[in-house]
Amino acid sequence: MKQSIELDSKISNFIESCLQKPNHKSYLIAVLHKIQQHYGYLSLEHMNMVAHRLQVPTSMVSGVATFYHYFRLKPRGKYAISICLGTACFVKGADKVLEAFETELGIKMGETTPDGLFSLENSRCLGVCALAPVITINERIFSKVTAQNVPGLINKVKMEIPMTE
Amino acid sequence: MVHLKIDGNTVTVPEGTTILHAAEQIGIHIPRLCYHPDLSVEGACRICIVEVENNSNFLPSCATKVHENMQVQTNSPEIRRARRDLIELILDNHPRECQTCERDGNCELQNLAYTLGVRERLFEGRRKKYKIEKSSPSVIRDTEKCILCRRCVRVCSEIQGVYNLSQLYRGFDTVVAPAYNAPMEESVCIACGQCINVCPVAAFIENNSTEQVWQALADPKKHVIVQIAPSIRAAIGEGFNQLPGTSMTGQTVTALRRLGFDAVFDTNFGADLTIVEEANELVNRLESGEKLPLLTSCSSGWIKFLEHFYPELIPFASTCKSPMSMLSTLLKTYYAELVKIDPKDIHVVAVMPCVAKKFEIQRPELASPHGYPYTDSVLTTRELVWMIKAYGIDFVHLPEQEFDAPLGFSTGAADIFGTTGGVMEAALRTAAEKLTGQPIKEINFTQVRQVKGLKEASVKIGDTSLNVAVANGLTNAKTILEKVKNKEKEFHLIELMACPGGCIGGGGQPYPPEGYYVLDPEIIKLRAQALYKIDEAKSVRLSHENKFIKKLYQDYLKYPGSEVAHKLLHTSYSPREPKGIK
Ligand code: SF4
Ligand code: SF4
Ligand code: SF4
Ligand code: FES
Repeated sequence: MKQSIELDSKISNFIESCLQKPNHKSYLIAVLHKIQQHYGYLSLEHMNMVAHRLQVPTSMVSGVATFYHYFRLKPRGKYAISICLGTACFVKGADKVLEAFETELGIKMGETTPDGLFSLENSRCLGVCALAPVITINERIFSKVTAQNVPGLINKVKMEIPMTE
Repeated sequence: MVHLKIDGNTVTVPEGTTILHAAEQIGIHIPRLCYHPDLSVEGACRICIVEVENNSNFLPSCATKVHENMQVQTNSPEIRRARRDLIELILDNHPRECQTCERDGNCELQNLAYTLGVRERLFEGRRKKYKIEKSSPSVIRDTEKCILCRRCVRVCSEIQGVYNLSQLYRGFDTVVAPAYNAPMEESVCIACGQCINVCPVAAFIENNSTEQVWQALADPKKHVIVQIAPSIRAAIGEGFNQLPGTSMTGQTVTALRRLGFDAVFDTNFGADLTIVEEANELVNRLESGEKLPLLTSCSSGWIKFLEHFYPELIPFASTCKSPMSMLSTLLKTYYAELVKIDPKDIHVVAVMPCVAKKFEIQRPELASPHGYPYTDSVLTTRELVWMIKAYGIDFVHLPEQEFDAPLGFSTGAADIFGTTGGVMEAALRTAAEKLTGQPIKEINFTQVRQVKGLKEASVKIGDTSLNVAVANGLTNAKTILEKVKNKEKEFHLIELMACPGGCIGGGGQPYPPEGYYVLDPEIIKLRAQALYKIDEAKSVRLSHENKFIKKLYQDYLKYPGSEVAHKLLHTSYSPREPKGIK
């Protein structure tokens, strides 16, 4: 694999410091976290780079990257829809909301629509359980969302109508 | 020692023994699926569950160690029910394709379902839907049939050190695949086929070439030639319920003639020729002191590994083509001229213990200058067994026949090519005579004989002492190659074979017969013994004394390492992407 892309120097230094430690391969997840934080997702090139730098087989890197929901393998959409699947939201039907988003957008949790507009992810509890189910689209919070609201919400976002709650 | 009771019988076993092993000591075979004796314990399938006193849950016996006074129950209606439920769960999302499946009749899942008494399918579960992945000329991946036992992942990493496979995604979407779910052809897969061997189902199988061969055989315009690798004769019998280690050279030749091949030659001839060329290469390098150690080059899986993982060591590899490719080249040049047949009308079939050979024949650098490949099709031992059965040949009772001359004649040195240590021994026999100019006194180099994965030895030839090493299984190869790279020890000759035990343990060999398990060192040992016996029984046991090889040099190649020998019998290697991580 050609390694044409650069790696942020902070991350590069972090890998370097990991290599000094006795069990450096165990830092794989930490390194991937840093890459995702910085670049928003794990690109194939970055995963390859990490594999070679840490000398961890690429199969293991992609095993880890695909196992944890947290890691995203494609860039985020312009609108990142984040659905809280915490207990309170779940009980109030967050799973139905997720399903509705999945059918409406034709993507699964963790994926991005081909036009790059929307991506779906799940969030931890936002601490506003009274308003469950809660979702966020980029920075904005929407409460008491139902499956029926979903098409309307998507339309609003698409038409860039200023979003009110 | 630990004392325990299994099903009321007292057993005494060393500390650290698992319940599964302890039970075997007293003749209890606990059913199992993900477990493999030579791989790490996975504990994934839980088919091997047993009841242990004071434990409310059933425990997996493959992953549970014994302790003093343990009371184990391996059978009860509840345990049998639970095991059956587990198998039913697997079957619920498994294709109902047994009758059209490559593993029909020798599938571990099928077998377990039968033994555990699954007689009806109550549920139809959600089915995984995946396309069959056919990018590799060697190994095909049929994800829908995978039961996620991870034996392939373990063999590829633990025995082969390739780490090509891992479990990707999670839950219902979990698959076993190369990094980034890439096609096999774009991965670091070295095409050894050990994943095919250990897979209990048909989720990994070889890329089948039988149809291509049937077609060639049915084409009256084609002169169809077959060659068989040394290790075939020692293993093919197992496909016909013969005990491991039964040699069946003569029957195989007869069967091939009955299948309609126009000429039946022996890869052994190519092996003898390889030795003459390689011994010459070794002597030259010893004299110049350059590019040592010489790394053998007959194992296609190993060579692909070299290109992905150790490109920096490519200059050390012997430039000799594999015995198969040497013979195929001669078939479409020397032999074609001899019998006056246009090479384009010749179809060369090679029966190999190996699926990496299916990859090898597609290497562009091994094609003729006219663009056609020298080897047209590679069949595994398994594929040939199937063809013989499909044709209705009563293999076991066949009369024994001889290979055709001249390219079917070989010395004992060639037969042992099929086992780990054999190429080394054959090379030493010839090199010894070349180096000393004297006939050798002791023809058996027992120092390099063993089926162990790794062996180093020092061999005295005349006044020189050669440091040699033999490695099979690429994890072992890595150990030696690291020593070479770090200049820990000075080696002169290293034999490397990708598969455990060498070609006799190849990825295309028959699935194990009843009473043995796949990669069972016992089977490997018996197959090796069969080859050493054939060697011993032969009157000529030095490759360079093969009379037809001598004639070939006289009439055609001139001398070992000559210009034409280089043109026809040698090749080159280049670094390969993606680069492997060691
Ligand atoms: S893998 Fe085994 S159980 Fe599955 S279809 Fe093939 S023979 Fe049947
Ligand atoms: S063929 Fe060999 S290298 Fe390739 S995936 Fe299978 S075990 Fe690994
Ligand atoms: S491919 Fe075969 S060996 Fe690998 S996990 Fe699936 S069933 Fe097991
Ligand atoms: S054989 Fe023991 S858990 Fe699979």
